[in-house]
Amino acid sequence: MLDYVKLLILGLVAVLAAIAASYARDMIYMIHMILVMVTAAGLFLWQLRRTDEPVPAAVLEAEYMDGPVRVGVALTAFWGVVGFLVGVFIAFQLAFPELNFEWAQGYLNFGRLRPLHTSAVIFAFGGTGLLASSFYVVQRTSAARLWGGGLAWFVLWGYQFFILLAATAYVLGGSTGREYAEPEWYIDLWLTVVWVAYLLLFVGTLLKRKEPHIYVANWFYLSFIVTVAMLHVVNNLAVPVSIWGSRSVSLMSGVQDAMTQWWYGHNAVGFFLTAGFLGMMYYFIPKQAERPVYSYKLSIIHFWALIFLYIWAGPHHLHYTALPDWASTLGMVFSVVLWMPSWGGMINGLMTLSGAWDKLRTDPILRMMVTSVAFYGMSTFEGPMMSIRAVNSLSHYTDWTIGHVHSGALGWNGMITFGMLYYLVPKLWGKERLYSLRMVSWHYWLATIGIVLYAASMWVTGIMEGLMWREVDAQGFLVNSFADTVAAKFPMYVVRGLGGTMFLGGALIMSYNLWMTVRKGTAKADSTVAAPAE
Amino acid sequence: MTEQNHPEEQILQDGDPDTTGHSWDGIKEFNNPLPRWWLWTFYACIIWGVVYTVLYPAWPLVSSATSGVLGYSTRGEVAADIATFEEMNAPIRAQIEEVELAAITADENPDLYNYAIQGGGAIFRTWCAQCHGSGAAGAIGYPNLLDDDWLWGGSIDEIHYTISHGIRNEDDFDARYSEMTAFDEILSDEEITSVVQYVRNLSNQEHDATLAAAGEEVFLNNCAACHMDDGTGDRFLGAPNLTDAIWLYGGDEASLEHTVRFARFGVMPPWSAEASEAGRLSEAEVRSVAVYVHSLGGGE
Repeated sequence: MLDYVKLLILGLVAVLAAIAASYARDMIYMIHMILVMVTAAGLFLWQLRRTDEPVPAAVLEAEYMDGPVRVGVALTAFWGVVGFLVGVFIAFQLAFPELNFEWAQGYLNFGRLRPLHTSAVIFAFGGTGLLASSFYVVQRTSAARLWGGGLAWFVLWGYQFFILLAATAYVLGGSTGREYAEPEWYIDLWLTVVWVAYLLLFVGTLLKRKEPHIYVANWFYLSFIVTVAMLHVVNNLAVPVSIWGSRSVSLMSGVQDAMTQWWYGHNAVGFFLTAGFLGMMYYFIPKQAERPVYSYKLSIIHFWALIFLYIWAGPHHLHYTALPDWASTLGMVFSVVLWMPSWGGMINGLMTLSGAWDKLRTDPILRMMVTSVAFYGMSTFEGPMMSIRAVNSLSHYTDWTIGHVHSGALGWNGMITFGMLYYLVPKLWGKERLYSLRMVSWHYWLATIGIVLYAASMWVTGIMEGLMWREVDAQGFLVNSFADTVAAKFPMYVVRGLGGTMFLGGALIMSYNLWMTVRKGTAKADSTVAAPAE
Repeated sequence: MTEQNHPEEQILQDGDPDTTGHSWDGIKEFNNPLPRWWLWTFYACIIWGVVYTVLYPAWPLVSSATSGVLGYSTRGEVAADIATFEEMNAPIRAQIEEVELAAITADENPDLYNYAIQGGGAIFRTWCAQCHGSGAAGAIGYPNLLDDDWLWGGSIDEIHYTISHGIRNEDDFDARYSEMTAFDEILSDEEITSVVQYVRNLSNQEHDATLAAAGEEVFLNNCAACHMDDGTGDRFLGAPNLTDAIWLYGGDEASLEHTVRFARFGVMPPWSAEASEAGRLSEAEVRSVAVYVHSLGGGE
């Protein structure tokens, strides 16, 4: 019966998409509707061939569902390389504007590629990593198979389809212009469907858990899923210009619109890149270190403090703008108070190693995870500091912000995800160990030095350009022209590009290492990949 | 899943603190207290936060917000900064508006001159650098202001007029105006080719002597009215001197042919707020920029 419902829906979607494509008012919309049509039709045929076929074997309800985790892990590595590659390219575009090729204007110039880079790294690499790791962690720590039959496959592939639509839109110029929320209205609607399915999947699995308590990692994952749903829906409230076109107009306007956007933007950092990845940290560090979590009390206090405080910190993105001073003050105060709750996660991560510090000498994976937590601590100190109005008046709009974001994204999110991948791949494919630990060491050093080059060069240019912008002479006249400040940044732009190249190089080594682990790794003696969920 | 049979159950070491007794996939949790320094720093941040919101505008009320004990506002801070400098500079600015432009020199009025150079430079880097470059060296279509080749005149008064009213714009009735004829449909292809060679001859560039000779008559009949018989141009019409090696749109054959066929129409906005609504600068500011530009090297 369910198969027939699926067939009906897929057939209907294919037909509606065909109609929409023929009525399309712009190219992006038409291309997307054709993509939807082809995908739905393809799935229709695939479903048709399976319908009424005998079910191959007993449903493996007793086993963990690791298929989507395996695919998700592979996609995470893939999107990482893509995102870093685009990042390196646009870094060099800034240093050498000739790389904005004449023949590629309107497709591959900086303005088109920048959202592609940020979304590829945050949502494709980070998001897929969060999906895959949360599928794995919630099953293991609940001792239960993922809820909802094939729902996990829908969430994983539905999310990939979202990435495909968003990425093609950016390159062709389809954007709402809201940072980190660039996709247009129908792409947003699709993500909402996928995200609600993710929420159901996660909560469903938690509800059927066999452990008496919910593990701390799952609190963080759940808060990430719930809050991102709320942020995504509110920030993307918009009226489509036509249901046959890709453009839309935001429901809010003026400073309310700006405030909504940065309420979203800051909590994309807070709940996507912080809470979600803390979930990852809380499972993989105790596992890799083989030591208990340092403090249950700390985890509960810092979780609730973090969740409560983060949501108010957005206005610090709008200091010295049309935003009223009172909102700006509150944003700043909440950001500074957020410092310790953020550090609670760092303390719990680092102190989990007490009694196992010696492993840092021998285990490059653990070293990677610990470095990630160190970068987390650094960025979560830097962030509150930059939110202070007086500091912000220097740092705002400068490259310092870019450096701050990248020490968090490359250092914290990148490194913990690499650690997660190194931990999971041998487990998921039933291998004794990784193909090469030496390669992990190489990856570690390339990535670490790359981040240091990136962050340091951005501190230098950021502070330099901030000082140049505000420099006035004794009579109150500005000393520098804007173009002078741009020209002065050139050497540091090259250093930043080199740092990014090293980071990308590390990720390529990782991809090769993971690939060889799957292909050539020695199988584990009792290769029970799908361990029973008792 | 019970603790006993999990294959990856974490094993405790001697001297480890108590755990909470839970276990998830082998992971245990210690029952450690909150680190004291962490807790006290957290409390200190909260107390600081409360105090800060009393001192500064912070808490939203029904139709306004608390304005803070210190009476601080970001706009007020900027306004105070600006007011300080305005007050300091007011006397000197009044003087600049009164004194004759030609008298603002390093020798006669060093204070005024210094102020005009600094202020004019800052204004130039803010408003003029977009076209003329931050070093005033210009770009294709935008004159270099460092050399002594002037389209409309290089004396301080001429420069002041150009800045005040601009060139070929529709905002200021007094803008400098002239229009070169587009010869594309007036002259034959041969005539255009030959006059281009003649112009290259005028500027001592490589050229075809036969064509250039043929081009002389074309030039005298069509171009000399504005560019003069000898090609040295006419500042009254903004017609460039064609005999120097300085080109606004390029002196190569392709650029010259384009200029002859389709003409050029360079536009500059008016800057004087007194002269037109589109103007952004006060008279003192226009005068400062004029002194600055005049001082760059080519001033007459």
